[in-house]
Amino acid sequence: MKVIIKPAVFILSLLPFFALIYYGFTSQLTANPIEFITHYTGDWALYFLLITLAISPLRVITGSNAYTRFRRMLGLFAFFYAYLHFTTYFVLDQFFDFQAIIEDIVKRPYITVGFTAFVLLLPLAVTSTQKMIMRLGSRWRQLHSMIYPLTGLAILHYYWLVKADTRTPIMLGIIFTSLMILRHPWAKQIRNRVLPVRKKA
Amino acid sequence: MQIKKQDPIKSSEITCKTDYLSRRDFLARTAGVGMVGTLAGTTLLPGSNLAYGAALSNISKSPLSTTDETLTDLESISTYNNFLEFGNDKKDASTKSGGFTTRPWTITFEGECNKPGVFNLEDFIKPHQLEERIYRLRCIEAWSMVIPWVGIPLADVLKRFEPNSNAKFVTFTTVYRPEQMPGQKKNTKLNWPYKEALRIDEAMHPLSLLAVGMYGEDLMNQNGAPIRLVVPWKYGIKGPKSIVKISFVSAQPDTIWTLFDPKEFGFYSNVNPEVDHPRWSQRKERRIGNLIKQDTLMFNGYADQVASLYTGMDLKKYF
Ligand code: HEM
Repeated sequence: MKVIIKPAVFILSLLPFFALIYYGFTSQLTANPIEFITHYTGDWALYFLLITLAISPLRVITGSNAYTRFRRMLGLFAFFYAYLHFTTYFVLDQFFDFQAIIEDIVKRPYITVGFTAFVLLLPLAVTSTQKMIMRLGSRWRQLHSMIYPLTGLAILHYYWLVKADTRTPIMLGIIFTSLMILRHPWAKQIRNRVLPVRKKA
Repeated sequence: MQIKKQDPIKSSEITCKTDYLSRRDFLARTAGVGMVGTLAGTTLLPGSNLAYGAALSNISKSPLSTTDETLTDLESISTYNNFLEFGNDKKDASTKSGGFTTRPWTITFEGECNKPGVFNLEDFIKPHQLEERIYRLRCIEAWSMVIPWVGIPLADVLKRFEPNSNAKFVTFTTVYRPEQMPGQKKNTKLNWPYKEALRIDEAMHPLSLLAVGMYGEDLMNQNGAPIRLVVPWKYGIKGPKSIVKISFVSAQPDTIWTLFDPKEFGFYSNVNPEVDHPRWSQRKERRIGNLIKQDTLMFNGYADQVASLYTGMDLKKYF
């Protein structure tokens, strides 16, 4: 059972990507495919960041370590979708127009914070191998705690780019805040009071 | 001219997708050569329940049309819409407007004029000659289309009501029907109903159009049925849809977008590649259907006709 769960999560995480390709082949990318792909990959990058951040609270709530082994893979999928998102912007949207891209990054706050989030995500992806974990030791944890502020920036990025309806980014912001609260040691103490501690998952 | 009531569609009349596509190609090919008025029948768009309205007859071609551009295909124009009354997603306008009723429709003219009045839409349009006007449409979100509207010159309409010397601006108000327009219920940040306005000389400009059709047929719900404003040198936000009221006023009114955020949306909202919106560079635009962006033109390419409206104005200040 254990053997197949990880590949199953892997395939599941790729489904949005396969769906996108399917939409492409069946002309379901709307009249403005580049905008659609940008939004779609941005959405999934953010979802995967939040899913990754949900692992620790899940551990606190269930008292089980069973999900922790997916965390690195889920984080890498967040990077995968963020990479597709950025590439879509860079190649399809701006078509390598460096001047326009730099102007966007400097002048448009939503791009500034989105770009910062992406730049912060890069070293996390690069140092996600077992070897790097060994090599960086305690600094690895420090480095990877970047995921919290960068997810905050990604939500700000979303909040700033919507034209009039901020309901979705606000909802995602509430989810993010809840996850941050739930991972706090206090949450664990409260849980241990309320629910009996299970020995093993 | 006559606008037919929409008959309920029998299943035998529903066009299958291939018919629809070939018909659309036919439309695209013939729209440019003056046959638009002769097409009859009702079509159903794939993936939506919306009847594509009755064919309009007796349409004349206008010399004011933009002639050297490829028309945007009907499917894009009818499925990719910013019509926030139905929702914020581009497809909401085509998927959530099925229950929107546009007949009977009354339109009110009021304010600083000698002959205010309330009209049934058909009666109101009857005295006018319908024209086909092909215009570029530039959205503030940096995409654009080329659309063969059918409509009547706004100036001809406004003159009928004899605006007086106090009439400095003209306000256009969209219908308020939250029970049929889910976006008016859900999106509480905007001040419904949608209200937009033009300076009187802008409204009287020959390019300003009240559209009642597109591609030779009645406007579809998602495109602003039954009557909407088209001002081709301004961003699409200045084209309110499903209009119920036109008022002549003496002072510059607030509009839905200037109320929402005066720093981001100006009263004029003229297409101007030199003035960026905080979120979108306006220098370039993506023509729907094209991969690479193209340069945006001053006043959306209509500078020759409209620049004189703004002589001496600082367009960075009055954006
Ligand atoms: C971790 C990094 C990032 C995340 C999680 C992220 C997430 C998102 C999300 C959720 C959206 C909104 C999607 C929707 O409306 O459904 C979005 C839109 C967008 N993002 Fe990002 N983003 C990131 C980085 C970037 C970067 C680096 C750029 C470009 C330099 C960028 C450019 C854009 C653009 C252009 C849009 C669409 C804006 C519009 O349509 O007006 N993003 N992003």
